[in-house]
Amino acid sequence: MSNIKEKDAKNSFGTKVLHGNLLYTLISIIVGFLVGAILLQIAGISAGEAYAKLITGVFGKPKFIVWSIVYATPIILTGLSVAFSFRTGVFNIGAEGQYVVGSLAACVVGIFVKAPAIIHVPLCLIVAAAAGGLWSMVVALLKVKRGINEVLSFIMFNWIAFYLSNYVVNIPAVHTDGSGEATKDILDSAKMMVTNESLTKVMGSGASYNILVAVLAAAVIAFILNRTTLGYKLKAVGFNRHAAEYGGISANKEIMTAMSISGALAGMGGACQLMGMGIRVSQFAGQEGFGFQGITVALIGSTNPIGCIFAGLFYGAMKYGGTKLSLVNAPAEIVNIIMGTIIFFIAISHVFKRIILGYAGRKSTKSEGGTK
Amino acid sequence: MFLRNLGLLINATMTYTPPLLLAALGSCFSERSGVINIGIEGMMTIGAFVGASMALVCGNPWLAFLLGGIAGALFGLLHAIACVSFQADQTISGTAINFLAPGLAVFLSKAIYDGSSDTPPIDISGKLPKVFDGIFPIGSFWNNVLSNYSVAYLSLILVAVVWFVFYKTKFGMRLRAVGEAPEACDTLGINVYRIRYICVMLSGFLSGLGGAYITLATVNQFRPILVVGQGFMAIAAVIFGKFKPQGALFACLLFGLCSGVQVLAGASNIGISPNLISMIPYIVTILALVLFVGTARVPAANGKPFQKAK
Amino acid sequence: MGRESHVDLSKTVIAMHDIVKKFGDFVANDGINLTVHKGEVHAILGENGAGKSTLMNVLYGLYHPTSGHIEVNGSKVSIDSPEKAIELGIGMVHQHFMLVQPFTVTENIILGMEPVKGLSVDLKSAREQVVELSKRYGLQVDPDARIEDISVGMQQRVEILKVLYRGADILILDEPTASLTPQEIEELIDIIGHLTKDGKSVILITHKLKEIKASADYCTIIRQGKYIQTVDVTKVNEDQLAAMMVGRDVTFKVDKKELEPGEEALVVKGLHGRDYRNVEILKGLDITVRKGEIVGLAGVDGNGQTELVEIITGLRKGTEGSVQIHGKEVFGATPREIFEAGITSIPADRQKHGLVLQFSVADNLILQNFGEEEFSKHGILKRDAIQKKATELIEKFDVRPRGSENKPAGHLSGGNQQKVIIAREITNDSELLIAVNPTRGLDVGAIEYVHKYLVDQRNKGKAVLLVSFELDEIMNLSDVIKVIFDGKIVGSVPGKEADENELGLMMAGGGAHE
Repeated sequence: MSNIKEKDAKNSFGTKVLHGNLLYTLISIIVGFLVGAILLQIAGISAGEAYAKLITGVFGKPKFIVWSIVYATPIILTGLSVAFSFRTGVFNIGAEGQYVVGSLAACVVGIFVKAPAIIHVPLCLIVAAAAGGLWSMVVALLKVKRGINEVLSFIMFNWIAFYLSNYVVNIPAVHTDGSGEATKDILDSAKMMVTNESLTKVMGSGASYNILVAVLAAAVIAFILNRTTLGYKLKAVGFNRHAAEYGGISANKEIMTAMSISGALAGMGGACQLMGMGIRVSQFAGQEGFGFQGITVALIGSTNPIGCIFAGLFYGAMKYGGTKLSLVNAPAEIVNIIMGTIIFFIAISHVFKRIILGYAGRKSTKSEGGTK
Repeated sequence: MFLRNLGLLINATMTYTPPLLLAALGSCFSERSGVINIGIEGMMTIGAFVGASMALVCGNPWLAFLLGGIAGALFGLLHAIACVSFQADQTISGTAINFLAPGLAVFLSKAIYDGSSDTPPIDISGKLPKVFDGIFPIGSFWNNVLSNYSVAYLSLILVAVVWFVFYKTKFGMRLRAVGEAPEACDTLGINVYRIRYICVMLSGFLSGLGGAYITLATVNQFRPILVVGQGFMAIAAVIFGKFKPQGALFACLLFGLCSGVQVLAGASNIGISPNLISMIPYIVTILALVLFVGTARVPAANGKPFQKAK
Repeated sequence: MGRESHVDLSKTVIAMHDIVKKFGDFVANDGINLTVHKGEVHAILGENGAGKSTLMNVLYGLYHPTSGHIEVNGSKVSIDSPEKAIELGIGMVHQHFMLVQPFTVTENIILGMEPVKGLSVDLKSAREQVVELSKRYGLQVDPDARIEDISVGMQQRVEILKVLYRGADILILDEPTASLTPQEIEELIDIIGHLTKDGKSVILITHKLKEIKASADYCTIIRQGKYIQTVDVTKVNEDQLAAMMVGRDVTFKVDKKELEPGEEALVVKGLHGRDYRNVEILKGLDITVRKGEIVGLAGVDGNGQTELVEIITGLRKGTEGSVQIHGKEVFGATPREIFEAGITSIPADRQKHGLVLQFSVADNLILQNFGEEEFSKHGILKRDAIQKKATELIEKFDVRPRGSENKPAGHLSGGNQQKVIIAREITNDSELLIAVNPTRGLDVGAIEYVHKYLVDQRNKGKAVLLVSFELDEIMNLSDVIKVIFDGKIVGSVPGKEADENELGLMMAGGGAHE
């Protein structure tokens, strides 16, 4: 993989993530499952049985696969959001909040605007992207204009979004007339479900075409990063802000752009979940974690937009399969443990890399090479 | 009446501040030594679980509290192995811990307590004691002010201790130096790795204590959503407090106060949506940063792995 | 030079035998020997990258030698850590100062060996010890000042005090004069004299021949990691030393044709500006550069040079004044507008400002031009054109290795990185060039290349502003030398008439004349 070549990329978080590549990611995944198996056995649960359930739970029927994809879609988008931010030198720990405002905005438009599906669906997506983008842009403004650490403001904005959503859910005009702490359902014209009967017969009633949005977004992001002057500028700022400014690129402007795009992606993630699966926004008890899952997806996907699709599908399958583990009395949290282990080993994957490449003795070459 | 409300407010503030403060003090150690620890959240959660389950097992709240801290420290050790010995990206490792530790906590809860993600409630005798309980009449100002769990006071004393360690002791001087200029420390024969290991494990330990405080004092059982967000709030408090223990105290008191206001306002039914009131601490933080505090000077080597020459 | 030697040849304090240090396949030290006696000043001479610092890092326990052994005071030792070196009485002052910026002078000196009283660090007695030491060796410092607030010269004295505080008898000074004024260099040589008189030995790593002649007893020459020889400094001259260092005869003189300067390309008037700490550092600076001349700006680091260049190129906003490029006012304009006004610059720190190390060489070559029609259309990069341009420039400017278009710039050597920058800048073909420390860290071959390039530009009738901390470089290349001190130009001397001592005085703030 060409990523190996970039091992000098020590400076920014985004590029460091680039060191990871498929082989080491796969090793990390295997280690993750091994650790999970050991824990299950210690807890007196058959790992074989649990993993078998996980596999059949995902692949057993076409509709299970469809559900896995439905689960995957929003986290592919939050993953893309985080990956994009990494590539441009920012750590978007606020995808959670952007996701929430995106979903909320799409919900309001989905309930109150009346339009044919061909307009309503894109409109909801655009409004969600705008909401997520703006939410993130405020944080970018605070960073650029006032020098406020974005990690700090993202965390604050996640909570503000959380309570804002709960507030809006409880506004009488929005609140459902039926039972439950949730909004009204969005109109059919705003839904992204597959309604064709011959298709739903095979794919199950949960099928949604929102995955197309995620795949399209990944392709667009990959194109922006690799082939456009915008991507060139964003990456230059991400790698080396000083050199970028020296080259006449306005770092502050590009950071604003990057963070807004990142926020828009997370916002679309919220819309996709709502329009393809949730249909309504419920009152939250705790943060849903889509943003943090996005961090995982970005890391497993090596911050590569296309990699995020596969990482997201993997995570989606794990999430969906995990819901079935209770059938064999295995706690679904084993999925989080496996995921955590995978990320942990991705974090130290350069160690395997060194061992595997037999470079153990060269560890010091790069940092010490020659005299100053 | 005013005095009574003030007493209630102070009481509520001191209910919400200690776990944040403990975790924030921990975060100070880690960040000042040059290791970003966003795994605080996970470390608090495992501390909360271990605290609760150990209180159920042994009935001694102090031992349970301590074990909660040790559980956090073990995850600190994991973070240190990745970030210090293997020069891993600190944010990635921290993210991993935020999945691992809470995952493990709930997994263990389900494995031990018949598939329940909550632990059974702890008896009053298994909870941390209140020192001034019963001295003042119930409902009086002083009873409200002082009717707190002993660890709440301990956490305030700890701020002074940490301050002393940071600015007066040899260890503190070295840990601050390691976070600024690890190469310089290395040339002076200071073991950068050892100091960072100690600091990251201390951050885990204090975060674990913070988590255990929630289950052993604030409430009386472990539930998966108990900690949610507080670890990140603690990190926010540290950045807000400019990476100083005394600054973190101020920030945590502010967050605690806002939570107190929120709870009291919610209870007194003043007609404003509790969700809007809940936003206050976060909005206040942002406003305070914009208007008064300005930018914090991040320790120069913060987030940068240090590799010792071979 | 009438310096007094304190060498006691009967006492060998350091003996390094056949030291080899490999980094992977790269051999940084290949069989090096070194003997140092009590009271001796021993210079180690070599080009950048010859392996001097590696050798000293081995002696100081930062690197472990691949083979060879070391004797200290006659007994064979294994120095596996700086602690061990300190224990053996070896102290090192690194070229890049190893100081904790927000700490005070006292705190920096005692760090790692803090006197303790009860639980706390005894700063009071520490301070007394620092004052005592500084008096004893004539190393004047302010014990309570923070490092970030003191001059480079004082920082160096702090470094020496750190070593003395640890009771070192053998001091390694790595390129100690790199950013000092001639006067400060003389002071340093005096300090070295005090130290050797007191029985201490000093190992001086340097590539400056004059200083070796002025201060050292013996000199060991290293070339490409190999031991060449050790000479008695009194028995060789500078030219001989230079030839031994480079392996061939070198001349640093550059031929320049006579030129009458033309119209003004850069006019800076009454410029005020602040540094990163928001302290006023430029205090009404005026400077003019005309076409067909090289104006050398001499001065000690920290007197406003960096900020001046940053303001001219738009990276920093000035507070007041005027900057005109080719008659166009650009004060307060963006870097892009200024670039378009017709300015090219070689930045001081090529890794910080000059290159995006993670970007490929090809991408670095279009850093200012990616938006131009040649390389992009409607915001989409023309990859083929970028590639073609890179291949062409790599060939033309002899960037090695060949075929590195798609390699990250960070993988190239310092000299080749500088070539990439020059290739990019020269292609921009503007009438005004600003070069800041363009040869820092380069080997002799690369230095010659850069100097030739600068003079070529001037000979083509372009205006060149050369900012450098290397006074020799300024004196060799400039048509006019301006001296900056405390944010103002305090002197202007025609290049040919420049006298080092006179310039040095002005750089230190004495004797201005304009």
